Amino acid sequence: MHTIVAIKQVPDTTHVRIDPETGTLIREGVPAVINPYDRHALEMAIRLKERFGGTVTVLTMGPPKAAEALVECVEQGADRAILLSDRKFGGADTLATAYVIAHAIAAIQVEDPADLLLFGKQAIDGDTAQVGPGVATRLAVPLITYAMRIESLDPATRTAIIHRRIEQGIEVLETTLPALLTVEKEIATIARAPLPNLVRAAHYRPETWDATTPVPFDPARIGIKGSATIVSKAFTPPRKEPGERMSVAESGLTRVVGQALQRLVTAGVLSSAPATAPRDESNA
Amino acid sequence: MTETPDLGAPRIWVLIEQDAGQVHPVSWELLGAARRLASELDGEATCVEAVLPGYGVRHLAAEAFRYGASRVYLLEDPVLALYRNLPYALGVSRLAQTYRPEILLIGATTLGRDLASTIATQLETGLTADCTELTIDPKLRILAATRPTFGGNLMATILCRKHRPQMATVRPRVLPLPEALPRGATGEILAVELDLREADLPVRRLRLIPGAERLNLEHAQVIVAGGRGLGGPDGLTLLRQLADLLGGIVAVTRPLVDAGWISADHQVGQTGKTVRPKLYIAAGISGAVQHRVGMGDANLILAINRDPEAPIFQIAHLGIVGDLHEVIPELIRQLQTLRAGDSP
Ligand SMILES: Cc1cc2nc3c(=O)[nH]c(=O)nc-3n(C[C@H](O)[C@H](O)[C@H](O)COP(=O)(O)OP(=O)(O)OC[C@H]3O[C@@H](n4cnc5c(N)ncnc54)[C@H](O)[C@@H]3O)c2cc1C
Ligand SMILES: Cc1cc2nc3c(=O)[nH]c(=O)nc-3n(C[C@H](O)[C@H](O)[C@H](O)COP(=O)(O)OP(=O)(O)OC[C@H]3O[C@@H](n4cnc5c(N)ncnc54)[C@H](O)[C@@H]3O)c2cc1C
Repeated sequence: MHTIVAIKQVPDTTHVRIDPETGTLIREGVPAVINPYDRHALEMAIRLKERFGGTVTVLTMGPPKAAEALVECVEQGADRAILLSDRKFGGADTLATAYVIAHAIAAIQVEDPADLLLFGKQAIDGDTAQVGPGVATRLAVPLITYAMRIESLDPATRTAIIHRRIEQGIEVLETTLPALLTVEKEIATIARAPLPNLVRAAHYRPETWDATTPVPFDPARIGIKGSATIVSKAFTPPRKEPGERMSVAESGLTRVVGQALQRLVTAGVLSSAPATAPRDESNA
Repeated sequence: MTETPDLGAPRIWVLIEQDAGQVHPVSWELLGAARRLASELDGEATCVEAVLPGYGVRHLAAEAFRYGASRVYLLEDPVLALYRNLPYALGVSRLAQTYRPEILLIGATTLGRDLASTIATQLETGLTADCTELTIDPKLRILAATRPTFGGNLMATILCRKHRPQMATVRPRVLPLPEALPRGATGEILAVELDLREADLPVRRLRLIPGAERLNLEHAQVIVAGGRGLGGPDGLTLLRQLADLLGGIVAVTRPLVDAGWISADHQVGQTGKTVRPKLYIAAGISGAVQHRVGMGDANLILAINRDPEAPIFQIAHLGIVGDLHEVIPELIRQLQTLRAGDSP
């Protein structure tokens, strides 16, 4: 059983601050972490290895610093780690990102075909959720997004049964393998890294692939050049004028609440008949 | 699809998302946006058209006409009865290769997010995710799509200059639902064959485990929301009492979902739902940007917070600085009195 996991190193968005003068992100001092969903994807891959034997390969496209994230994956239990790093990859949109990752995965598979490809459901910085579907489409493998459970998987018959969360409930799908899953956190709970992994990771250096070796990527389809979209403007969300404010301490509870209710009545938001909210009956 | 149709006027396409014959309202919101974009492109006689995949869905075309589509491409086939990535994507992509729309809009729903990136890859074009605003760039005469990133801290306007169609997904409820034209509004239905067999499809649905009764937060008129200031599950009970009195639904911030007090479908914000009720009461909510992106468009926001500096007051139309454990019971009491006075 060979599982390939795509991970992304992201700034911890809980620490992201905006420079109020320039409206740009302040990245200094913001810790970089493995995209949370990707850690769960990796954990799932490790569980499958424990059950069926085999290997787990992780890969990421990013700056040299992203090697740290890959070493962390080896601590968690990955066997092989590949860093796709080259200035020419920089500034990629999801079209160009998926192109590089798909071709890298195809190259890995020449020697070691994969049974399963695991991606996070989305990255917490770019937040598009577009890279996984893009890679599946390029590799012409079945795509299952929002996967939350692998009910069963059989490497021999090359089929799996996957639960995926949709608006109507949980959809149970049967797919052929290899397939590409983008995963929710419930897919697997993260266990503490065993000691031997930590020892191995301490000496592990990820392989680095650039834009020409070992895979000669088409220069017109990577990085900014290969991107169909461009960010033309970035800005902080505009602030609204603050509204009216009353204080219980200053004006007293009964009065403040009374005035607030009066405002709601005037605004016509308090229909006297409780309006039942519409419910959606659809479920197939 | 070998015929090369006369391409004629530029087209803006909207994907109509339906499940068991029920159209997702985001499709109508998008048709409204498409009409607005078409008029911003005035003078170029842009057509607004709908793509409707499914099985036994022909009757829905009439609704699409009422929301402003002049033509509906009807993709009907048994393999499209339930949504699946591959046949849906192939159907729409082939159609787009034939008719070459300028713009293709899809709802940023579970289905839409699954489908849109696959189509964009098949067409080798650009896709902007989860937009909150769509306009036409006045100089370039192309789509300018604005979206939140970095958990709502930063907005980015994105262009797709050279590739076509220009694709974007838009979250439900961030755009207003347009007025429908009177019944009987009509247009052209173009039925298109999909040449796919079940045996060629790699994924099949075995069953659906229906979710608990589906909560329609997105379309609620009144929402009573609470955050960590509730203090514990007891605070939620208080919130429910108020919501019941107002005929509203309870919503929460993410920490309450993470703590397991309530299910995730009650969460509003960046990683939850986007809502636009008439009234949004925010009690014990600090107003983090990730929460605000989900509720900032409510008509009237009433914030209750004991911290006068809480950021929620920056966007609230009406603010009460005080302890919610005093304010909410008092609200309930006065509301009951008000209602008692109302009834004959
Ligand atoms: C402000 C801003 C807005 C943007 N908006 C858009 C946009 O609307 N459309 C667009 O096409 N691009 C956009 N981009 C570019 C986009 O963020 C990058 O292409 C990014 O590398 C991948 O997208 P994502 O972070 O959204 O990943 P997602 O698609 O959300 O990631 C899903 C999964 O894919 C895998 N993955 C993602 N990136 C990598 C990687 N580098 N290496 C390995 N695995 C990976 C991971 O498993 C991850 O969990 C934007 C960038 C910025 C800065
Ligand atoms: C990638 C990402 C995505 C996220 N997505 C979401 C999302 O979708 N939705 C979401 O909500 N959050 C989201 N968050 C979390 C968000 O950043 C905030 O942490 C969260 O919204 C804060 O919740 P809160 O307001 O309930 O809690 P707090 O920030 O702790 O605020 C509690 C407030 O209650 C007030 N208070 C306390 N006691 C009382 C009292 N007795 N009476 C009155 N007021 C009182 C306090 O003054 C304070 O203002 C996300 C975060 C990240 C990083």
